[in-house]
Amino acid sequence: MLAPFSWIRPEPWGIHVVPADCWIDPARAVDRALVTHGHADHARGGHGQTFATPETLAIMELRYQTREGAVPVAYGETVDLPGDVKATYVPAGHVLGSAQILLEHAGERVVVTGDYKRRPDPTCPPFEVTPCDVFITEATFGLPVFTHPPIAQEMAKLLDRLAAYPDACVQVGAYALGKAQRVIAELRAAGHVDPIYLHGALEKMCRLYQDFGVELGELRLVADHDKDDMRGAIVLCPPSALNDRWSRRLPDPITAMASGWMRVRQRARQRNVELPLVISDHADWGELTRTIEEVGAQENWITHGREEALLRWCQLYQKRARALALVGYEDEDD
Amino acid sequence: MEEFAALIDALVFTRSRNEKLRLIAEYLRQTPDPDRGWALAALTDGLDFPAVKSSTIRKLMQERIDPLLWTLSRDFVGDTAETASLLWPQPDAPPTPPSVSETVAALSAMNRASVMSELPQLLDRLDPSGRYALLKLATGAMRVGISARLAKTAFAQAFAVPVEEVEEYWHGLAPPYEPLFAWAAKGEPPPDIASLPTFRPFMLAHPLEDSVVDLADYVAEWKWDGIRVQIVHAGDETKIFSRGGDDISATFPELLDVLDFPAVLDGELLVRGSHQGGEQGGAASFNALQQRLGRKTVSKAMLAESPAFIRLYDVLLLDGDDLRERRWTERRDQLEKLIARLPAERFDLSQIVEARDFDHLAQIREGARDDAIEGLMLKRRDSPYVAGRKTGLWYKWKRDPLLVDCVLMYAQRGSGKRSSFYSDYTFGCWDGDPEQGAELLPVGKAYSGFTDAELKKLDRHVRSNTVNRFGPVRETTRSLVFEVAFDSVHSSKRHKSGLAMRFPRIHRIRWDKPVEEADRLSALKALIRD
Ligand SMILES: [Zn+2]
Ligand SMILES: [Zn+2]
Repeated sequence: MLAPFSWIRPEPWGIHVVPADCWIDPARAVDRALVTHGHADHARGGHGQTFATPETLAIMELRYQTREGAVPVAYGETVDLPGDVKATYVPAGHVLGSAQILLEHAGERVVVTGDYKRRPDPTCPPFEVTPCDVFITEATFGLPVFTHPPIAQEMAKLLDRLAAYPDACVQVGAYALGKAQRVIAELRAAGHVDPIYLHGALEKMCRLYQDFGVELGELRLVADHDKDDMRGAIVLCPPSALNDRWSRRLPDPITAMASGWMRVRQRARQRNVELPLVISDHADWGELTRTIEEVGAQENWITHGREEALLRWCQLYQKRARALALVGYEDEDD
Repeated sequence: MEEFAALIDALVFTRSRNEKLRLIAEYLRQTPDPDRGWALAALTDGLDFPAVKSSTIRKLMQERIDPLLWTLSRDFVGDTAETASLLWPQPDAPPTPPSVSETVAALSAMNRASVMSELPQLLDRLDPSGRYALLKLATGAMRVGISARLAKTAFAQAFAVPVEEVEEYWHGLAPPYEPLFAWAAKGEPPPDIASLPTFRPFMLAHPLEDSVVDLADYVAEWKWDGIRVQIVHAGDETKIFSRGGDDISATFPELLDVLDFPAVLDGELLVRGSHQGGEQGGAASFNALQQRLGRKTVSKAMLAESPAFIRLYDVLLLDGDDLRERRWTERRDQLEKLIARLPAERFDLSQIVEARDFDHLAQIREGARDDAIEGLMLKRRDSPYVAGRKTGLWYKWKRDPLLVDCVLMYAQRGSGKRSSFYSDYTFGCWDGDPEQGAELLPVGKAYSGFTDAELKKLDRHVRSNTVNRFGPVRETTRSLVFEVAFDSVHSSKRHKSGLAMRFPRIHRIRWDKPVEEADRLSALKALIRD
């Protein structure tokens, strides 16, 4: 008789589903990969087969220029894998196409969250609580100082600043996949109808979102416009372009950054951010702990971020937990 | 408190000096008395609430959160007040923020016992940003990059009044500075400070760098290695101020009853000894002065062993006359005359250093190393005494620093802007021949002297060469040599190495140098002059 859950084995470069000989979000090329979502630290190229949602596969195709080995799995769909393993893809609410993966084998249920959040997001379906025996959770914002404020409040901050400086522009640093589109969609929801300007690096991903039916309104490329066109406008760019020579083409830019790390003043200051927007696509501390309660697993495996504090919380609340040391996950894909 | 908290947040995130000035000026214009006065005092660290300490915050948090979760959070955030502001349990009721004045009154009324129940009541009335402002205000460490000078400039800008006048009146007043606002904002007569022993802004010097000056226009004086002070006598009271305008009178009681005519004098505070300037100079090393600084009470033994005196540089006010507009030569004449009215064991004159020409002066300065003098001051003979640093009037010409090659041993995370970087370095020298198994002994700590790009590289080096972790500190492999610059080195019983460096900073990072070639302790010890 095998020990419980011995069929699922965390290795430094990914989670190995032994009987199916497949890997979840592996950090190296494997024959068979189950990919939770399109962020580069989860979706690497070069696998023999890649099981992922159609949206995630489209994102990977955009990045790696190939669809080879793509196996689409819709939300709610269950695929049968070798070794009598079933995998079901469940919405994770993180970015377009993001999924948790429920694995079932020998009467045991394991959920791998990938990255997730519990707040509403107009660009993807909401997280679904999936009861399980082993819950493998991310912990990017796994410290009790992280409480993401309501996004409407952050949008109001952004629009207020824009209104106060009509001759300037606000450049918002936002990750190209997920954050940028969510900020745009939330701006639209807040009634902002003006064209939004994009750094070239964000264009393709925004178009992809639009192709999947996400409404983003009128988007323009910074490169196609004069400085003066952008006065009083919101400009989105990848975080790396903030404080870069690139921003010289903008009219008196006010530097904003949309990230959960902005909750901590010194983090914002390190990036020379003048307008920190606390917007995250990850679960905050309250969501992480609530979700652990709700799924009610026998064991919680914590990975991808600040495991130590969440581990401590589990200990305080008498929940079994362990930290996995997976490599290759960046701590700032927020 | 909301407006004040918003101001603090805006200041934290504003880089431009002009924008900071604008933000403060706008706040001062729009906020009523006495709130704006209290806020101004808070911004310039002018408030002190003895009942609230950083340790108070930690204690309050210990009652509310698991100690490990606190430590992990504190380490990540890098600031106790901010961590507490983020972790404080949000009350169910909507916040009813107190005004700044109400907050100041409540904080002043707290004592070490009541603070544990009263501070939480204030915290419960605020949102995270308000809690941050409150805790920063209460512990007297705003750290929003506002110097007193900047705040005074903002005040001047807010009400279109000259900043020199603001500075001068300011020191005669206590928070919330209502007469200052009455004068600046409401056009009332200026506060009368003539009869008060108040601080006048210091005149400061620029570094000489590579310039050469003509000694026909400039006079040279030693730059003594003590602390620059201003001694003021007015209205039957004597006070001593440090360079930043802090009142340090209580630390030097022997100087408080020796000046008995109205005057404002600028000089170097030293303690008796034969170290600086030989027997003639009669001053002890900075180390001896250090023993007396920062002590609230001074023992009789200490007064007898290390009596303080002031070596005078300049005179600003004398017998009711303001001499600051006059030339240096005229003020010097007055100074040489007035010295006769002062007791010789408490005051002497900073002597002029005579030199044939600049080259000769340079030679004299070279020789100053042995005398443990900080260097030379060059003062324009016709210069008035003006507040702050005006180009071309006064120069300081420090002697070259001493250099030693040390090995990085420990690195600690910085605070504030550097909280995610290992930016504070402890380094050591070999206690013998490293080839024969000698050990490194820590000799100093530095957190400056490198660029941001170098900091990143150092941070990476520390992270990838860690052998041990102790909270925010990492011990590294013995793999990197720093060329460390420092002003002087003194013997010290408190350190295992037996010595303490003064103003150590990283001069160069020697990525190329093998650690075995770093200096030995004996080389450093040879530089000690106590
Ligand atoms: Zn992600
Ligand atoms: Zn991730």
